[in-house]
Amino acid sequence: MAIIKTKDLTKRFKDVLAVDDVNLEIEEGECFGLLGPNGAGKTTLIRMITAVSPPTKGKIWVQGKDLKDCHREAKAMMGVIPQLDNLDPDLTVFQNLMTFARYFNIPKNEARRRSVELLALFKLEDKYNSRIRELSGGMRRRLLLARGLINMPMILILDEPTLGLDPQAKYLVWHKLTELNSEGVTRILCTHNMEEATVLCDRVAIMHEGRIVSLDAPHALISRYVGSEVWEIEVNSEGRDRIIQELESRGLDFEDGGSEIYVFHVTDDQSLTDLVSHAERLKHRPATLEDVFFRLTGRSLVE
Amino acid sequence: MKPFSWRCIRVWQRNRDVFFRLWHSEAPGFIVEPILILVAMGLGLGAYVGLVDGQRYIEFIAPGIIAAYAMFSASFECTYGSFVRMEYQKTYDAIIATPLSVEDIIAGEIFWGATRSLVTGTVILIIATAFQLVHSPWALLIPAVCFLEGIMFASIAILFTSIAPAIYSFNYYFTLFITPMFFFSGVFFPLSSFPQIVQALSWIIPLTPVVHLTRALVSGELHLGLLWTLGLIVVVTLVFFSLSLVTMRRRLAV
Repeated sequence: MAIIKTKDLTKRFKDVLAVDDVNLEIEEGECFGLLGPNGAGKTTLIRMITAVSPPTKGKIWVQGKDLKDCHREAKAMMGVIPQLDNLDPDLTVFQNLMTFARYFNIPKNEARRRSVELLALFKLEDKYNSRIRELSGGMRRRLLLARGLINMPMILILDEPTLGLDPQAKYLVWHKLTELNSEGVTRILCTHNMEEATVLCDRVAIMHEGRIVSLDAPHALISRYVGSEVWEIEVNSEGRDRIIQELESRGLDFEDGGSEIYVFHVTDDQSLTDLVSHAERLKHRPATLEDVFFRLTGRSLVE
Repeated sequence: MKPFSWRCIRVWQRNRDVFFRLWHSEAPGFIVEPILILVAMGLGLGAYVGLVDGQRYIEFIAPGIIAAYAMFSASFECTYGSFVRMEYQKTYDAIIATPLSVEDIIAGEIFWGATRSLVTGTVILIIATAFQLVHSPWALLIPAVCFLEGIMFASIAILFTSIAPAIYSFNYYFTLFITPMFFFSGVFFPLSSFPQIVQALSWIIPLTPVVHLTRALVSGELHLGLLWTLGLIVVVTLVFFSLSLVTMRRRLAV
């Protein structure tokens, strides 16, 4: 059963259509990736799903219930890990967790037990009485994660959870997120880190200009839009037209990236080595989700 | 308007915990300053002031100081304090992601602001009693009046906070609204010393009825007209309380 479902979900700010008719079904227990350039509408979509922002149009169901009628109930089973640090700087590390637990009405003893456990899990056990401003950026991010788990959420919503983390901390977070898999926790992950999305997500939705332009498992998206490999041809002004002409005549799927041309869906018998005179101007590499991202949302800055 | 729930207590508790950590940095504002005013104005200036009914000047201003500083406490808490929590610390954003609603947060903030008024008013009342300026057991009701007054001024403050574009906006709030009230609501001199028109105007500023009420409770000279005064405070409180929930939802739940 879909744990979160949206129908024609739309959000309009004055003259900007931030989210445009989004229909989504997020399955219970999956890790659902939400990718898209800045301004694609990811944050607005998340704000609506987490009952913070009312939709202009459309509906949201959480566990089959209309979100309109069960704000509190829905928020009680969600953990939100925001991109911007909104830890409480007036309180200590431990008080941050205890106070947050109180918002969820978790009894004091239980809250204390969970806080201790979570601080240990995120390697913050030496920081109980530290003020927030004494923490490094990585520690704050880990504390945000710990805070997001204090209510043992069924649905965890993460906005760039590993942004600014060193590789050690990043793997710690990835490991924890994978572990939640076995606990059946649904995860919604907004990220710009394509490797993260590929590694962690069961399915990925790519958002562009308020719409979901594609949605599938990462490897399925890669093979659909890019193929298994990408060929990159470095071109100069003279050779350029000839190469493009040649690629067209061979019926190949390519994208003109200016000084480089990217060729997709090249099969083994379609070697491109004869296209360019110098071998170093031609390389091929495994396709990634980033290639899909560029194909679907363009290479230029959108903001 | 959407109603608030009992969960607003969670925000109140959060603010209380912070207050217990940091109260020593707040104490000069709500304990030392009123004592200074009471002594400087009451004894210093008071030596030159003769009131019509022979009352000592310090006795005259004490209940006004209680009401005025209770007003300051709620006003600072729900302007600068709330704005910093909302805009700089993003505390509201964090809380909205939990089962609390915008209305719970704002109601919690208002009740906390009112609690600050209650604490300030009670502290000054105790000091005034120590100075032997309180003559009636009715004064025991003053903390309750301060709490109600606090809800009123916290609501007005939060309403202004909900439309404040930047923290500098509060300069206007204090210079054009709070400070004039401090001088024109009968704290330092009877309203009757003003021209008729100013007297009438001073009744539309909300500190005037509160001063009226605290003065009556301290002196014990009660009359039925005070119920109207109380009613006026309650109505103003209800109006601004409801308005602030609406405007804050408009600001936060976009």
